[in-house]
Amino acid sequence: MKTVTVNIVTPDGPVYENEVTMVIAKTAAGDIGVLAGHVPMVAPLKISAVKLNKADGKTDVVTVSGGFVEVRPDKISILASSAELAENIDVARAKEAQKRAEARLQQKQSDIDTKRAEAALARAVNRIKVQEGNI
Amino acid sequence: MVNLREIKGRINSTKSTQKTTKAMQMVSSSKLRRAEQNAKAYVPYMEKVQDVVAAIAGGTTVSHPMLTARPVKKTAYLVLGSDRGLAGAYNSSILRQVQRDIDSRHRSKDEYVILAVGRKVRDYFVKRDHNVIAEVVGLPDQPSFADIKEIARNAVGMFTDGTYDELYMYYNHFVSAIAQEVTTKKLLPLTDIAPASTTASYEFEPSAEAILETLLPQYAESLIYGALLDGKASEHSARMTAMKNATDNAKDIISDLSLQYNRARQAAITQEITEIVGGAAALE
Repeated sequence: MKTVTVNIVTPDGPVYENEVTMVIAKTAAGDIGVLAGHVPMVAPLKISAVKLNKADGKTDVVTVSGGFVEVRPDKISILASSAELAENIDVARAKEAQKRAEARLQQKQSDIDTKRAEAALARAVNRIKVQEGNI
Repeated sequence: MVNLREIKGRINSTKSTQKTTKAMQMVSSSKLRRAEQNAKAYVPYMEKVQDVVAAIAGGTTVSHPMLTARPVKKTAYLVLGSDRGLAGAYNSSILRQVQRDIDSRHRSKDEYVILAVGRKVRDYFVKRDHNVIAEVVGLPDQPSFADIKEIARNAVGMFTDGTYDELYMYYNHFVSAIAQEVTTKKLLPLTDIAPASTTASYEFEPSAEAILETLLPQYAESLIYGALLDGKASEHSARMTAMKNATDNAKDIISDLSLQYNRARQAAITQEITEIVGGAAALE
């Protein structure tokens, strides 16, 4: 099967670079699967996990905190403010973050704070889910 | 006669100062290396984001509040400085530039607000009673994106909700290990987006407007982060140079003082001999 280069970059440096056969991501409009030779496309991503199917049948999973995906026929780039490979996720930290966010949601402060806490909660839950292997 | 012990004391105290400045120089030079690495790790991200922004904003006719200039009622200045001093003219040259621009552009303090990064910057503006609406102090030497996210998001958010109508960013650009230059950048509205280098015409999912909605804030935030990394590298190099100069000065002072010390010691010996000879001559 034809492969395509995938780059996942964050402001803190590149996180992932590999040849894959298919990229499966959750965009704001719904799930997409991208193969090599796709027409150029840009789409924003949800706080979610990106699945990368490799030629040898294995799958890598990377969590992204939003951002967007840029597709070209020979190259796919994912730009996110943070991203982690599933095996590098610090579960203890994610659980801490989850607790903090939940506590903040309980207090019910201003709109902005609530939105921010919700986003933080979504990120934490996303990390935990991916690490535990159920996406 | 110059007091020998006094000179000796000054030599010793200069020597211990030299030790400190030398240690700080070495610390700064290793931090500079790390900061340069961070700045390098960031480049691919920036280039990609810039590419995509240029491709979308340059290729289509969509408009977005962050792309359009509006009548300016209030201006914001985002000033990126450091928490600690002893870095030569690092902070003072930025602050001087900001102050000069403010003085030439505005007549009253209601016309602008300050967003301060770094204790030195905040203290300067707070002391002079400027309107500081956001501040970040105590950033680590190797900041990660998460450290700056909050102020970056606030800076972009306050532009969107109309708290101010334009945003300038001031930071020291890292030219080389011995040179930094104060750089001013008009961050918002984003009017100077470079035309696309790639001719790829993208399909937008769901629409170009929806993508700009998430893309532009991310772009502006990453510009701020890039400037911060640049500024940090400059800070370490400025401190390294300042400490190198201090170490060199201490060396000069020590050599001057040692010369003085030896002269005084020689003079004391000569005088003693003269006295002995004089005393012996008087006995004969």
